[in-house]
Amino acid sequence: MSDSKTKEVKVNQQEPPATALGGYHAENFRRRTRCAIVFAIMIAAFAVVIVININSGNVHISVGEIAKAIFLREGQDKVLDIIWTIRLPRIIVSMLLGGALALAGFLLQTFFENPIAGPYVLGISSGAKMVVAIAMILFMQNGLHVSSFTLIAAAFIGSLIATMFIVAVSFKIHNMAALLVAGIMVGYICNAVTEFIITFAEDSDIANLHVWSMGSFSGMTWTNVGVCLVVTGGGFILTMLMSKPIGAFQMGQNYAASMGVNIKWFKIALITLSSLLTACVTAYAGPISFVGIAVPFLIKGAMGTAKPLVVIPGCMLGGGVFCMVCDVIARLAFAPQELNISTVTAVFGAPVVIYMMVSRRRQM
Amino acid sequence: MNKQNAYISMDNLAVGYNGKAIIRDICIDIGKGEIVTLIGPNGAGKSTILKSITRQLSLIGGKVWFAEKDLHKMTSKDVSTKMAVVLTERLKAELMTCYDIVASGRYPYTGKLGLLTEADERMVDDAMAAVNATELGPRDFNAISDGQKQRVLLARAICQDPEIIVLDEPTSFLDVRYKLELLSILRNMAKKKGITVIMSLHEIDLAEKISDKIICVKGDRIYRYGAPEEIFEEAMIRELYSIDNGFFDPLLGSIELPAPTGNMFAADEADKAAGEEPAAIEPKVLVLSSGGSGVPVYRRLQKEDTPFIAGVLAENDIDYQLARLLAAEVITTPAFEPISEEAFARAMEAVESCERIIATEFPIGTANSRISQIIEAAEKSGKLERN
Repeated sequence: MSDSKTKEVKVNQQEPPATALGGYHAENFRRRTRCAIVFAIMIAAFAVVIVININSGNVHISVGEIAKAIFLREGQDKVLDIIWTIRLPRIIVSMLLGGALALAGFLLQTFFENPIAGPYVLGISSGAKMVVAIAMILFMQNGLHVSSFTLIAAAFIGSLIATMFIVAVSFKIHNMAALLVAGIMVGYICNAVTEFIITFAEDSDIANLHVWSMGSFSGMTWTNVGVCLVVTGGGFILTMLMSKPIGAFQMGQNYAASMGVNIKWFKIALITLSSLLTACVTAYAGPISFVGIAVPFLIKGAMGTAKPLVVIPGCMLGGGVFCMVCDVIARLAFAPQELNISTVTAVFGAPVVIYMMVSRRRQM
Repeated sequence: MNKQNAYISMDNLAVGYNGKAIIRDICIDIGKGEIVTLIGPNGAGKSTILKSITRQLSLIGGKVWFAEKDLHKMTSKDVSTKMAVVLTERLKAELMTCYDIVASGRYPYTGKLGLLTEADERMVDDAMAAVNATELGPRDFNAISDGQKQRVLLARAICQDPEIIVLDEPTSFLDVRYKLELLSILRNMAKKKGITVIMSLHEIDLAEKISDKIICVKGDRIYRYGAPEEIFEEAMIRELYSIDNGFFDPLLGSIELPAPTGNMFAADEADKAAGEEPAAIEPKVLVLSSGGSGVPVYRRLQKEDTPFIAGVLAENDIDYQLARLLAAEVITTPAFEPISEEAFARAMEAVESCERIIATEFPIGTANSRISQIIEAAEKSGKLERN
């Protein structure tokens, strides 16, 4: 009698969870599918943008020819030359650096626990730019060659200084809006210093500096591609390896600590990585606005999750596609006059950021 | 408790912020599977002690021994497999379902990429079932109620498969039902799985009922530490919380407002005038009741600020417990005996002197048969109200 009773109770207890389990396992499956679809769309967009990018401009080349030229290295010499020495390096660099920017943004957002943090708004790009300008002028005046390594090292120092300053401010100010204002002020100061240096520098080579200081992907070489690939690729792999603690940290510092994350080292790693990625971008393409905020937000929204394991590669790919598209527009919108890249990214990125703030306010 | 049985041992602990100790000389031993609750007034430092145990704060002095190891010298990873926390601060959950939140409890056990194995997934399922939160699984964590959140957070802690769970005020924001549910889950875990629970509670009545040990925090030392039956004395609780305008009844674990004085308004005026307390007013109401039927009447009179005499109550009557706290006077009589001469005489006097006599419905038998005479006398005087 008592046996049959306990059995009955057990059955009753097990049944409702069984259906509910199906509920969230189905939900997990649905979300995985959604992520896969987002990746598929981005990869497709990636291919399309490459074709559009090569096919545009002064010379028109058909899709078949493009494929042949890229994969088989076959075709007219002129076409090969255009594709391999002009278009492809630029495309690859814009893709890598776009990804790097989005990643840097994602890391900074994790660090400051705020979705509106990014390398540009916090003045980190401008800090990198300032030190690069100083380094270039010092080197040029002394007749020294400015290597890629020097550029990146200078940009890294600049972004670290700016980041440290913002981190120091964040200890004092817990209000995120105030922190952003501080970042924007840092940006203005650094820009002013850079302008000052450029204006009063005598060397005629400085003219190039001016183009660079406004942000542009033009004039990229295969050497640039190699360095970008190493730095950005390395940064990406390291960020992927940190995806687990990043996931814990997203829930709040104290919870992360209770899960066994060494907070001090984790924070140092975040800052170093985001500074390195920002440095690489700034050294080659100058400061580029809003990619760091807009892309992670769009990716999270599209994937319906903030899980670092999918958001990190998503940002890399999404940032790449975003910057490639913006670069095509920068090149073609008022051809032959080229726009600087920040102008285009701002046009697309800033409204996203505004939408983000409005929708968040509504949620609260 | 001797040191060998102690599972967690706080040895001359001093806790506080920025190198300044708020509470010092904490020496407490906690056994495995015990539920230990910190009680004390707001701002006494309950959270500070808990944060020091969970290593959110570094210690100012002393040591915490955990299974014979120095807790603050263990690696973060080591601690994370042994201790889970439910904090007062809000857990941030961007686009996370409740399932994700619970699954994050497996963090210390998963590999480099944090992917769940089948065994991990089963533990998540079990933890969610343990707190009756299975149906919450696919919902967005930010879109559920506070009570549901608290359950999910508890599931997350269970999922971490800890030996200790530390909870900082887990029952705040919860309604009565969820409070009881949460505490019964904790008790099950402690007794069945031998998980040690250390928490702070505001509800002293619940603390009394669930805890094996109580730590009273007040001032710069531990005020008192012991089993609930040792701690929960009327005077002790009044002292701990500096209560001067109410009562705590340790027997029933209920909290009572002060007894009616009949001069609430007069007191206000006196406050304005000189700050002197006016004398209590002579009670003009007699309540005749027994077996709990008087409780609602007492409470009503208390709200009306009407002082009253309660009678005729045996000392084991449930009405007596409350009358003792709220009535201006209680006419008592020995239990299981016919009503004494003395009590009868006093009751008849009260019938004379009072303006209202309220009699409730209660059985009258051989032991309290004389009460019918009192009620009759009241009826004759025309002052009787039946309740």
